[in-house]
Amino acid sequence: MIEKKVTVKRKSGLQARPAALFVQEANKFNADIFIAMDGKNVNAKSIMGLMSLAVSADKEITLKADGADAEEALAALTAFVERDE
Amino acid sequence: MAEVTAKDLIEEFNLELINNEEQTVFRPVTTSDISRPGMEMAGYFTYYPAKRIQLLGKTELSFYEELSESDKEDRMYRLCTYDTPAIIISRGIEAPEFLIAAANAVGVPLLSSEKTTTRMSSMLTTFLESRLAPMTAMHGVLIDIYGIGVLITGSSGVGKSETALDLVRRGHRLVADDSVEIRQEHDGILVGRSPELIKHLLEIRGLGIINVMTLFGAGSVRNFKRIGLAIDLEIWDNKKQYDRLGLDEDSVKIFDTEVPKIEIPVRPGRNLAVIIEVAAMNFRLKRMGINAAEQFSERLSSVIDEGASED
Repeated sequence: MIEKKVTVKRKSGLQARPAALFVQEANKFNADIFIAMDGKNVNAKSIMGLMSLAVSADKEITLKADGADAEEALAALTAFVERDE
Repeated sequence: MAEVTAKDLIEEFNLELINNEEQTVFRPVTTSDISRPGMEMAGYFTYYPAKRIQLLGKTELSFYEELSESDKEDRMYRLCTYDTPAIIISRGIEAPEFLIAAANAVGVPLLSSEKTTTRMSSMLTTFLESRLAPMTAMHGVLIDIYGIGVLITGSSGVGKSETALDLVRRGHRLVADDSVEIRQEHDGILVGRSPELIKHLLEIRGLGIINVMTLFGAGSVRNFKRIGLAIDLEIWDNKKQYDRLGLDEDSVKIFDTEVPKIEIPVRPGRNLAVIIEVAAMNFRLKRMGINAAEQFSERLSSVIDEGASED
């Protein structure tokens, strides 16, 4: 299990549309991916779980991944949330 | 762990905030224990549990009324500490002047309730125990099937939400989709509920987010449910052995509670809703003492024994 702390730079945070894109991105990888925020831990491949966190802009989240392609998954998802759109 | 402050208590129990809102600080409640500061009213503060919610009833306040003015002021100031999360006065009794002043000085929320002290105390304990219990979020669906809380887990895309939709159509009640917040409220009792934001919602690939309560009515949802059975869906693996008899019982550990677990392989054309419905019914039957697999196994061994003795 590898972990990485990232700050969400997207202006609307992880609102419904970005959340859907995020989950789509996460589903490209075989690794188990989780997001932790404020003591809650959700599966990054589940859109409802992700949206239930209501991640806002400039919020720090922890991405966790476990599996063969964990490194690539974390790199791709970090790039996704740090994109300033 | 979720944080509980006097604000939540005000909302939950319809309490009235007596002191000035700007001066109050809503400190988190860290323990579910309640204190009735009777000894403290008499001046004994050695073991004063300041971190607990303080509940003042008729007994405490009528004793207080008999004190001298200087004692009254002293007791109230010592009662209100920076650690005290809230002071609640029951039976709608009017708050003493010194208490209001002391509470304002350190920002302790001073609340009033119309309920009797014992009633308030038991309601507070129940509420705090459930809210302060350790919580974990699990990826899965929780649905109430014939009164059994069934937690359906499995990897993403295996068909949990579709199965839940099918079960709701059959009259069962949805508790949570995709993310289930589980708390161990007492030893051996796990209660699951939905995160507030996604309550009553279901996500179906191709349809998007649907609201189960507005679509199927208020009878199709539940706000919380004790988890009785865990069902793990997994893509059918030809190399793997699946349970053919139902004689062995598997379980999954959540916190320190063992929940009975069934593994169900998924293959196109298998009607999962029916299988899960029957699994829940069979589970109920087992709890009532009727175990079909065991009964059959006993019958089989008696027939085998008979055959052996005839030879």
